[in-house]
Amino acid sequence: MADAKKYPTPITNPETAHFWEQTAKGKLMIKRCTACGEAHYFPRSICPFCFSDKTVWEESSGEGEIYTFSRMRKSASGPYAIGYVTLKEGPSLLTNFVDCDMEKLKIGTKVKVVFKATDGAPLPFFTAV
Amino acid sequence: MTIKGKAYIAGIFEHPTRHAPDKSTAQLHAEIAKGALEDAGLTKADIDGYFCAGDAPGGVMAMVDYLGLKVRHFDSTDTGGCSYLVHLGHAAEAIAAGKCSIALVTLAGKPRTGVMPPRATGAEVDFEAAYGGTTHNVYGMCAMRHMHEFGTTSEQLAWIKVAASHHAQYNPHAMLPDVVTVEDVLNSPMIADPLHRMDCCVVTDGGGGFIVTTEAIAKSLKKPLVRMIGHGEALKGPRGGQALNLTYSAGVWSGPKAFEEAGVTPKDIKYASIYDSFTITVLMQLEDLGFCKKGEGGKFVADGNLISGVGKLPFNTDGGGLCSNHPVNRGGMTKILEAVRQLRGEAHPKVQVPNCDLAIAHGTGGLLGIRQAASTCILERV
Repeated sequence: MADAKKYPTPITNPETAHFWEQTAKGKLMIKRCTACGEAHYFPRSICPFCFSDKTVWEESSGEGEIYTFSRMRKSASGPYAIGYVTLKEGPSLLTNFVDCDMEKLKIGTKVKVVFKATDGAPLPFFTAV
Repeated sequence: MTIKGKAYIAGIFEHPTRHAPDKSTAQLHAEIAKGALEDAGLTKADIDGYFCAGDAPGGVMAMVDYLGLKVRHFDSTDTGGCSYLVHLGHAAEAIAAGKCSIALVTLAGKPRTGVMPPRATGAEVDFEAAYGGTTHNVYGMCAMRHMHEFGTTSEQLAWIKVAASHHAQYNPHAMLPDVVTVEDVLNSPMIADPLHRMDCCVVTDGGGGFIVTTEAIAKSLKKPLVRMIGHGEALKGPRGGQALNLTYSAGVWSGPKAFEEAGVTPKDIKYASIYDSFTITVLMQLEDLGFCKKGEGGKFVADGNLISGVGKLPFNTDGGGLCSNHPVNRGGMTKILEAVRQLRGEAHPKVQVPNCDLAIAHGTGGLLGIRQAASTCILERV
């Protein structure tokens, strides 16, 4: 399915720059705290669970399943499917489901990350596997 | 310290307009302030506290100057649609602490005929903004998950709109005064699965306001006495994406705090104003507040249980945001106003709850499926 949609360019900042450098290499990064062991998304330098500053970057498998979703039937850029994916590593993230039949999406559908170009760093999206 | 019984709502005003192409937003705020003062029997010079949120042009400094107020206490907390329910709680705290004695709260705007104030963004912006989260599809995601976990149906959600429409028929200012059926809701176009057009609230120009004061001042005025006896507020978000759960709102925390302070339980409530941006919003909040068990909201709202004179829990007897008014996409204000009307005995006779002496006004703000606030206010007639 051709995807001519224009996506906004991430602004990025010193805290998140590494994340966006990695999306350019096709990698989805999460953060893990070495103090409490918990992974989180989107990335923070201080752990949102135990407040330790011992957080490290970790490459996610990019695989997960749909926690919930909704199909937006009309928009200025056409219909789209929004939803949350729960990654194998634990954290859930907000995304769109692309390059697949959105009528077939279900809660629990297995998905994997794909990246879409912007004028800057590529953005992560998910597609059904 | 408690706010229980310390603060009274002495004046209310809901702007009758639903479409205001010929007025400015600041002007609507001023008309509302004037209306609330007249209802209370007070004058502008009496006001020594002012509260407004993100809808107020230029914020609290510009508004106080525009209105010509001189205040010694102010608060511009913005938590979206429930801001005014938060303001009511904060105003009660300020009154109880002696920081002000007559507080004015206003909301106004004109999304039908002007631009909406922008939604604030935070550190999440690069990680969420591209995905097109709108109120419709974010609340759609909540409904989808609720249906998945608890078997909630579109028919059950539709009953919430049906109940609101039964009330709206008696409100001469309601934007949608026609009674609708479950079939009407199910046959309306799908906007964001599983929410149909009639699962969504109206978009209106207009607004409303109220005045909070001390017991002594309230007793010197002519209106029936309505006072705050409990308040709770809470915030909820994905918090790093762990333990994401879209089946409950921050009301699970704000509700119990408010009930505890008031010393009452959901069973005692005679009338409920419940934020109704979408049908699913009502269903989740009723569960979260303890009117029924989690997952049983669908059964609870079905068969007219929310219709005044028919069901056990009369709700949003002005027609709510689903049918009457949802000014600036911020429905918390009108929730307070109809609760006060019910407690005063000033609701339309066809929907007035007999001997209504205890009411709840509750709402969420922000986006129920992402980041949100909740505020619960429990009010009683003295």
